[in-house]
Amino acid sequence: MIADVGAQLGLAYAFVEREIALSKRYWAWEIVWLVYGVVTSLSVAYIALGAPGLTGGSGDPALISRFVLYLLVGTITWRFLGLIFEQMGETIAWERWEGTIEYTFMAPVPRLTHLLGMCAATLVRALGFSVAILAAVALFVPVDLSHANILSALVLLATGAVAFIGLAIGSAVFPLLWTEKGLQMAYIVQAVVLLVSGVYYETTILPGWMQPLSFISPATYVIRGMRDALLDGADLSAVWPNLWPALLVGAISIPLGLRLFLWAERYAKRTGRLKRSG
Amino acid sequence: MAIQIREGARTEKKTAALAASDVRKAFRPARVVPGGGTTVRAVDGVSLSVWRGEIYCLLGANGSGKSTLIRLFSTLLTPDEGEVRVFGLDIDRDELAVKRLINRVSVEASFFKKLSAMENLVYAGRLYGVSPEKSRPQIVSILRRLGIEDARMTEPLEKLSRGMQQKVAIARAFLSAPMLLLLDEPTTGLDIRSKREVQTFVRDLRDEHDATILLTTHDLDEAARLADRIGILHQGRLVAEGSAEELAAHHGGGTLEDVFMTLTGRRLDDADTAEAERPT
Repeated sequence: MIADVGAQLGLAYAFVEREIALSKRYWAWEIVWLVYGVVTSLSVAYIALGAPGLTGGSGDPALISRFVLYLLVGTITWRFLGLIFEQMGETIAWERWEGTIEYTFMAPVPRLTHLLGMCAATLVRALGFSVAILAAVALFVPVDLSHANILSALVLLATGAVAFIGLAIGSAVFPLLWTEKGLQMAYIVQAVVLLVSGVYYETTILPGWMQPLSFISPATYVIRGMRDALLDGADLSAVWPNLWPALLVGAISIPLGLRLFLWAERYAKRTGRLKRSG
Repeated sequence: MAIQIREGARTEKKTAALAASDVRKAFRPARVVPGGGTTVRAVDGVSLSVWRGEIYCLLGANGSGKSTLIRLFSTLLTPDEGEVRVFGLDIDRDELAVKRLINRVSVEASFFKKLSAMENLVYAGRLYGVSPEKSRPQIVSILRRLGIEDARMTEPLEKLSRGMQQKVAIARAFLSAPMLLLLDEPTTGLDIRSKREVQTFVRDLRDEHDATILLTTHDLDEAARLADRIGILHQGRLVAEGSAEELAAHHGGGTLEDVFMTLTGRRLDDADTAEAERPT
């Protein structure tokens, strides 16, 4: 049993090692994405710094600092969750383009192990990017973490990652089934999640018909809880109302996403779509 | 229907490494468009057995169903009808066990092109449960044997010639020590020297490592040079099989090219050209 778990972990690690090797070889692109992440996060933070001048609101430095952190928590948490979401689909599309998709799916690796390995690789990358972006942004704008409850934030982030893994596996079905436009379909899903999850605003300002979508997005709870933890120092019991819905979405979305992926793989094999392109 | 030619001289009990029974696969158009989109019967009732330790060559023009058959045997496609067994294991029900026994080399050497041969092969080894500690010396040994210098092993694969990339693809398949190796036109597009090196390696692989090899080609010389038995595919059907000599004996003598022409009504080169010119 333990040996089997060890063997599966070894197989899953193949995907982590592969992604690390690819990141090294594509280091210039990694820098591009990092700079892009820093610049967009910084732009969002400057909205908070410039808000009093635009709206004629209070110039109280404490309120401005709180607004900066409010937006930064949204943008960086979204970047973390968004990377998890994007990379699953992109990896499938990339493997299709390189032609390696046939060899990956032919290998004697259980699909669960394969997907968990890809998720682990994605998590490593997303975490590295998010920490680097936060550190870089903190050099330019005041980031007040004096009231932050880091433990709560980390637990929320981990929960959000789990919940997003299910969504990411489910959305990876698009590039698996649609060679040309599958990735674009996954991006549309991601964009809708961004809109309804209160990344830069409270979800209460959304039109009534849109708000039910915010209830099913795990990002809504993770970002709300992260703000409570980092702005107001909420402990685990205080963030629980945001923690359990995210856990619930994860508990539902992972088996559902996996089942969907397995169905899509069978369909792709039946229709001849499991092949290289380009 | 295939013309079965039995080898009377052999009396030892044979083990089927691969047994396909009445396999059919058709591809339907993704959407109905006015005046187009017909169903293509890529494989139409193929039954064949490849015996353990044998090199079996599927010979056919482009579009004859060779690659579809290889993709069916390598678990990348599921048949519409029929059954495929690898060493007695059902390819659908026992998929994971079958995957441990097989590997494939396709006409395109598909790799992460920015990664080196070593990085690609270590990754491939891991997928088959071979640790980097074990795989690294094996990779060096296999690649050297295939004529790839040590310095090239750590260069990004995109900097290697197509012939070299194809050799790395063969090394990848060899690394997992497959019981059944599926080679889909592995020498297409290679220069004569690379072609010969790959052919020698394929034969050595069978002789030294008890591998069974199913090879597709539209190169008659390659078929005659490598194969113990040859199956001729035409329009998705296996129209004949046997050794090169047996095929000649049963189909009016002459060369393999003559046999092909007798069975399909055209020369292999013409068939390829006609297929290439067919509107898609």
